[in-house]
Amino acid sequence: MRPAANWESVIGLELHVQLATHSKIFSPAPTAYGARPNSQVDWVDAGLPGTLPVLNRSAVEMAVKFGLAVDAEITDRSIFARKNYFYPDLPKGYQISQYDRPIVSGGHFEIDTDEGTSKRIRLIRAHLEEDAGKSVHEGFRGKTGIDLNRAGVPLLEVVTAPDLRSPREAGLAMRKLHTLVRYLGICDGNLAEGSFRCDANVSIRPAGSETFGTRVELKNINSFRFVERAIEFEIHRQIHRRVSGEDVVQETRLYDPDKNETRSMRGKEEAEDYRYFPDPDLLPIPIDTTILESARRSMPELPDARKQRLIDLGVARADAVTLAGEPALGDYFDQVRAHVEADPQITANWVLVELVGGLKKRDLGVEASPVSPQDLAGLLARIDDGTISGKIAKQVFEAMLAGEGDADAIIQARGLTQITDADALTRQVAEVLERSETQIEQYLSGQDKVFNYFVGQVMAATRGRANPDAVRELLIEELDKRKS
Amino acid sequence: MHHIDKETVAHTARLARIALSEDETEKQREHFSRLLEMVSQLHEAELPDLPPMHHPLDLLQPLRSDEARPAAGTDALMAGAPAESDGLFLVPKVIE
Amino acid sequence: MIGDGGIRALREALDQGEFSSVELTETCLARIAEHDAELNAFITVTAERALEAARAADQRIAGGDAGPLTGIPLAHKDIFCTRGDLTTCGSRMLEGFVAPYESTATARLAAAGAVPLGKTNMDEFAMGSSGENSYFGPTRNPWDPKRVPGGSSSGSAAAVAAGLAPAATGTDTGGSIRQPAALCGITGLKPTYGRVSRFGMIAYASSLDQAGVLARSAEDCALVLQAMAGADARDSTCAHEPVPDYAGELGGSLEGLTIGLPAGYWGDHVDADVADQVCAACDELERAGARLVDVSLARCNEAIAAYYVLAPAEASSNLSRYDGVRYGHRCNAPRSLQDLYERTRAEGFGPEVKRRILTGTYALSTGYYDQYYGAAQKMRRVIADDFAGVFEQVDLLAAPTAPNVAFRIGEKSADPIAMYHSDINTVAVNLAGLPAISLPAGMVRELPVGLQLIGPHFSEARLLCAAHSLQQRTDWHRSEPR
Repeated sequence: MRPAANWESVIGLELHVQLATHSKIFSPAPTAYGARPNSQVDWVDAGLPGTLPVLNRSAVEMAVKFGLAVDAEITDRSIFARKNYFYPDLPKGYQISQYDRPIVSGGHFEIDTDEGTSKRIRLIRAHLEEDAGKSVHEGFRGKTGIDLNRAGVPLLEVVTAPDLRSPREAGLAMRKLHTLVRYLGICDGNLAEGSFRCDANVSIRPAGSETFGTRVELKNINSFRFVERAIEFEIHRQIHRRVSGEDVVQETRLYDPDKNETRSMRGKEEAEDYRYFPDPDLLPIPIDTTILESARRSMPELPDARKQRLIDLGVARADAVTLAGEPALGDYFDQVRAHVEADPQITANWVLVELVGGLKKRDLGVEASPVSPQDLAGLLARIDDGTISGKIAKQVFEAMLAGEGDADAIIQARGLTQITDADALTRQVAEVLERSETQIEQYLSGQDKVFNYFVGQVMAATRGRANPDAVRELLIEELDKRKS
Repeated sequence: MHHIDKETVAHTARLARIALSEDETEKQREHFSRLLEMVSQLHEAELPDLPPMHHPLDLLQPLRSDEARPAAGTDALMAGAPAESDGLFLVPKVIE
Repeated sequence: MIGDGGIRALREALDQGEFSSVELTETCLARIAEHDAELNAFITVTAERALEAARAADQRIAGGDAGPLTGIPLAHKDIFCTRGDLTTCGSRMLEGFVAPYESTATARLAAAGAVPLGKTNMDEFAMGSSGENSYFGPTRNPWDPKRVPGGSSSGSAAAVAAGLAPAATGTDTGGSIRQPAALCGITGLKPTYGRVSRFGMIAYASSLDQAGVLARSAEDCALVLQAMAGADARDSTCAHEPVPDYAGELGGSLEGLTIGLPAGYWGDHVDADVADQVCAACDELERAGARLVDVSLARCNEAIAAYYVLAPAEASSNLSRYDGVRYGHRCNAPRSLQDLYERTRAEGFGPEVKRRILTGTYALSTGYYDQYYGAAQKMRRVIADDFAGVFEQVDLLAAPTAPNVAFRIGEKSADPIAMYHSDINTVAVNLAGLPAISLPAGMVRELPVGLQLIGPHFSEARLLCAAHSLQQRTDWHRSEPR
């Protein structure tokens, strides 16, 4: 399924990033996920009469941190506005959000395209707001249940410019922002728990056109896979309509992952009039130098900087992108390197192939790896100093993953030390040659490939412990003697 | 006289989620017309170009430190609920 | 027992053991039982809680640990959430609502040892100028039960005027403390916006609402405000300004004080007899040493216009939480979510509240925002700047609080716009966030008249001082109905 060549898709994303604060944005109620329904609700969150919001400092600091990370403008004296609408999971009948003076405006970030290039995506704004509660539609005999635990959890709504041109780019942008907020430590990034939610605005236009088509807002695309599939479907739906002479209707559509289709949301037919106005219960937010300075001081190395550093070290670009794309993986790599000065690309291969592969089999995340970065560094050191070959190292690593101890202990216990001793190897080579008359004749008659047979035999006889380079050298020496 | 039609009143009442009878709609329409007449001097007045005033005092938002406190609890929250089941507020089925 | 001497005399009597707080409280409860059937000043009487607090106060007094308010009975406007009590805000919407927490204002008064007698009647959600808009029936004016006490703090004003409580709390969004104080012949103080925390005070229009006091004298207002005022971490809009010793600063001379008489507040809209009577009170201020000057401050009509856009706009949003989902009134057997909302709110709110919600919804809606809300916010700035300019020339302003004496129940209820004009001399103060006090200034046609003094931000001490001086020289505040 590829969009027809004469249409261009124009996509912008709206991300709802739950900020990882301890308490809610306007009340001291806790924010932990999965608690008993309505057990984490302050009177403020339930909209009781007479309650008033008081702003959480951490939420402001996290928004500032995000703004600095995307090189945006941080608005001093930004203000909260009320977005008025009725919905049972919205206790006050309005959501405290930001309208004309968002805390973060402008900014940009880069995505790494599959073609190995970078593309700059602009941000329009990022603003603070409160999350709504949850409606539970099943299990109440035809009624809907309302759980307000989520009501008042701080959100940063990040709005990108319509700079994305394909479902793949949209997926990459969502991933990149996901990476970024986790680097910044402002969001746990848990998509399944709704900590990081994505809506997309999708329109199409004839290729080469500068004007925008009618846009459709897609909701419920809260996984990296769904975002690409839903947009893909939506683009085709819009092209189909345009080709068959119909207009695209401006509307909100819900993605159904089971059917892989989008459908119009009923009940949103009468356009809401949100009647935004400045919230009189809250005052302009001061962004003083203390907040800016502490945000700058606590700024970690960001994904693009890490990627570039790894490339400069000599790691292949694609591997650098992968390592920098996942904070835990990048941290793991850096910690291995802190303990051993091995070749950076070899280190990257070990992390990306052996470690990630091994963890995948065990269904573990990098954070839960049974092999610590220090342990992997120990193994790489043994390859580097020639104690074991790379091939043996893989066996050792398997054992390390299985929890049999560190590299040295396993090498010791299994007697895996590489045989580099010339006398011992000379004996093995002699033995192999003694029982390989036919192959020697073949080799001497010009069949060079047979050489690998001798190597293999020696390695087999030493159960892989022989140093392959030393074996080759000895074999050439011995066989040369027979040529004369 | 500021003329407001019934449809505007009905639309406003829908936004405000208040059911109005035919009679109430008409009364509200008359009230709107008179009220808008009364407030029309807001745009007749020649006002200097001043920023709108949201607050009487020129104060800044205080920031609270991010410390969580145990909430009231489900039972306390449900004490005044008109319809409740298993610690959730109940409303007629919401169709999405 | 609640004689002429005010809270200070009660304090002395309690401290000297002439009577106990329990006896004083019982006297108040007995007076409520005797008179409230007629006045309807209370929605809820919290007799048990009152006696419990009185017993605790008597212990504090015996232990030598009494503050100025320890053991003094007070009534609270039913707009303040008081933990464990019914808190209705005069609305069917909150009929049966038990507040699970205490407002900062009432909590501070309780901590000072004041005894809470009960919750006073009010115009629903503080929207009204007559006390007639209560779901629990109109409050009557103790001077003439056929007349209104003013509003929206109608029950608090009537209770104090009738001697059911020595003082009461109230709230003032567009005149709701000062106007009923004037119509009931008592003293009512509306502090600077942000002087008293709004936490736990049910919101009508958040940028205008302010809690204050209704009492028999400026001195009593000073004592009660002292306990209520001050910064509160739970209200972001509450001021951090230090709280002066209001009572301690009373008694200074008015020499050197310049009081402006704003022409616009003395215009034709004010009943001529009322104007004359208030003028006589101003003369008395002059005799006490103040200098009176005419100042040009008008825009009363513009203030009414701006107020009746801004207050309804904020109210339309503030009252959206009453939806029948989590607490309060809910219609029977809702057929759908829409039906739940529309019927609950149609049944739960009275006509004036609905009018204001609809007005505010309209003023904020797309296409009208700039024309109404935006323009009103600008007008608000102009009005605030006008005041700031005038206060460079004068220390205080003096004007009639209300344009008329108390009107008959039902007289204006069919004409909301005429009712709105009862606030013509009071709303500008709220738009600018200024403090103001209304004090008795004599009688017209056997009904009380109020003098309003207005000051710059945080000038409560100056206002109280001027009011106290006047009350030292006159007996108007000592007049009692019947």
